[in-house]
Amino acid sequence: MSILVNAETRLVVQGITGSEGTFHAGQMIEYGTNVVAGVTPGKGGQTHLDRPVFNTVVEAVEQEGANASIIFVPPPFAADAIQEAADAGIEVIVCITEGIPVQDMIPTYAFVQKKGARLIGPNCPGVITPGAAKVGIMPAMIFAEGRIGLISRSGTLTYEAVDQLTRQGLGQSTAVGIGGDPIIGTRFVDALKLFEADDDTDAVVLIGEIGGTAEEEAAAYIKAHMTKPVFAFIAGRTAPPGRRMGHAGAIISGGKGTAEDKFAALEDAGAVIVKNPALIGETVAEHLGTPA
Amino acid sequence: MKLHEYQAKDILEQHGVAMQPGRVARSVDEAVAVAQAMQEEHGSDTFVVKAQIHAGGRGKGGGVKLAEGLDAVRATADDILGMNLVTHQTGPDGQRVRSLLIADAVDIAKEYYVGVTLDRQKSQDVIMASTEGGVEIETVAEETPEKIVKVWIEPNAGIRPYQARRVAFALGFEGTAMKQAAKFVTALYTAYSQSDATLAEINPLVLTEAGDVVAVDAKINLDDNALYRHPDLAELRDIHEEDPLEVEASEHSLNYIKLDGNVGCMVNGAGLAMATMDIIKLAGGEPANFLDVGGSASAETVEAGFRIILKDPHVEAILVNIFGGIVRCDRVATGVVEAASNIDIDVPLIVRLQGTNAEEGKQIIEESDITIQSAILLKEAAEKVTQALA
Repeated sequence: MSILVNAETRLVVQGITGSEGTFHAGQMIEYGTNVVAGVTPGKGGQTHLDRPVFNTVVEAVEQEGANASIIFVPPPFAADAIQEAADAGIEVIVCITEGIPVQDMIPTYAFVQKKGARLIGPNCPGVITPGAAKVGIMPAMIFAEGRIGLISRSGTLTYEAVDQLTRQGLGQSTAVGIGGDPIIGTRFVDALKLFEADDDTDAVVLIGEIGGTAEEEAAAYIKAHMTKPVFAFIAGRTAPPGRRMGHAGAIISGGKGTAEDKFAALEDAGAVIVKNPALIGETVAEHLGTPA
Repeated sequence: MKLHEYQAKDILEQHGVAMQPGRVARSVDEAVAVAQAMQEEHGSDTFVVKAQIHAGGRGKGGGVKLAEGLDAVRATADDILGMNLVTHQTGPDGQRVRSLLIADAVDIAKEYYVGVTLDRQKSQDVIMASTEGGVEIETVAEETPEKIVKVWIEPNAGIRPYQARRVAFALGFEGTAMKQAAKFVTALYTAYSQSDATLAEINPLVLTEAGDVVAVDAKINLDDNALYRHPDLAELRDIHEEDPLEVEASEHSLNYIKLDGNVGCMVNGAGLAMATMDIIKLAGGEPANFLDVGGSASAETVEAGFRIILKDPHVEAILVNIFGGIVRCDRVATGVVEAASNIDIDVPLIVRLQGTNAEEGKQIIEESDITIQSAILLKEAAEKVTQALA
């Protein structure tokens, strides 16, 4: 089955006529994602990339049956775009935008919860179910169909891990970039639950980083509920405290959120710890064996 | 973005947070002048002279002193202004003091802590308060967590009067002081949310002998992502408090953080940049920096990155690690070669390109006139770093 996105996904691209939106919508269509519409306020009625453009998300839902959305909208307007998608009844909302103010995300997060939608990101590379649907900006050619689930707070580090897995012959059921911001719609725990319940996933690779306690929460979930093997790498063992390492959420503050604490929690929970980022693929292959 | 204490106090006062009176001064004469004005306006005689630097621990480092009378203000200001103040947060070189806050000394009956920040776990703002004023909240959380009261703010609802009262009662305030404290907490939260702060912290909040509730110290950090809608606050940035190389990098839209190691690195993406620092350590080096060149990794950004890394005299080798997704590796390789030939790079350079057109990228690098070691697998890159340091 995979998780979040699949062949049934009917995607609307919010911000489709912008340069980022145009480029990545084109890439997603090329991959075979069912992109059914675009939304740009004021450009309704136009056609872009052979897809109808609407003024509002609700029109894309009513007229094209959109059930998922991806957002390429500049930071000042992105929180509104997320809320518009949730209000229109979109089930899976992927927000790529980086740099949304925290005070915008607090009410947006609450609104999405209330509407029962699932938000991925913001500040994330998106979600891909290889061979079925790419709802994101990741380079498609490094992915392969398979049975490993992947969850990560990072973009290029996700690609690194996926590439190592693919080189070992280990394809992916779904890869989810959950995003590097302090407030994100889907956390490690949420994605772990989905993978645990997914018949097409045998094991999960979790790529965390310093800051916050999402990895510790994941560890508690793994310990209590997870039956599938989990492999974990945490970036930022060498990062100094008090400095924000690129991602808005990647900061050790008040001695909390260190890589060592996260590794320890995950190890205690029974996850296989990978301390060297060059050995993620090899470690998974050693434990699971390479598929014939 | 971090602010100075006097800037934080200005913002808080504008939102009605009760504050120990004080004014900023940038010279010794100005320090005496503002003290004199305060003396004339409200009869102050004992002042606190406080060094204005971003780092905490100023008092222990000798940057906060009491001064009785104007002559003492002059002498104390003269001592502190221009000193290199060393605290547990500045590093061994300290931070030069360029401005002072001259404040009225207050007679303290009791000290408290109150702060507002984001609770990431709940995705809500949280007000934290404690009767252990003057102590770092992390220490209190560690040793006596029962002494911290927390109140979470409902999204869209804002702070409710009962929540402010709850904080005030939990701190043990009564009567007029309780009302003042509740008003204080409400104003503090309003200042925090309206200025898009990520932290607004009062430590200590004090009850004076006269029975008033006022802030004696204040700290505000702002959300960089929201500065676009606060041009007045964006102007409060003090680049003297930042590392000159980090300032230069930000002018090139590079995300650079200087560290103390010997191997420089340049990477696309923050997570991969952190992982690259980690692998430098595993390879036997220490990372000299964090540097995320972002999505494009063009010849210009790469060249700017090399220049900044090489200004750090401790750098003994450089590792470039680019995972080409949408950006093709052959393009990045051309950019790296171009940048490297424009600059005299006198340390070993290891370039690891992986992703789209990685082989072509490797070929471009190997065929260039520049001495670059290339790698495709991260593991190989690490081995080459080890060799370069041997």
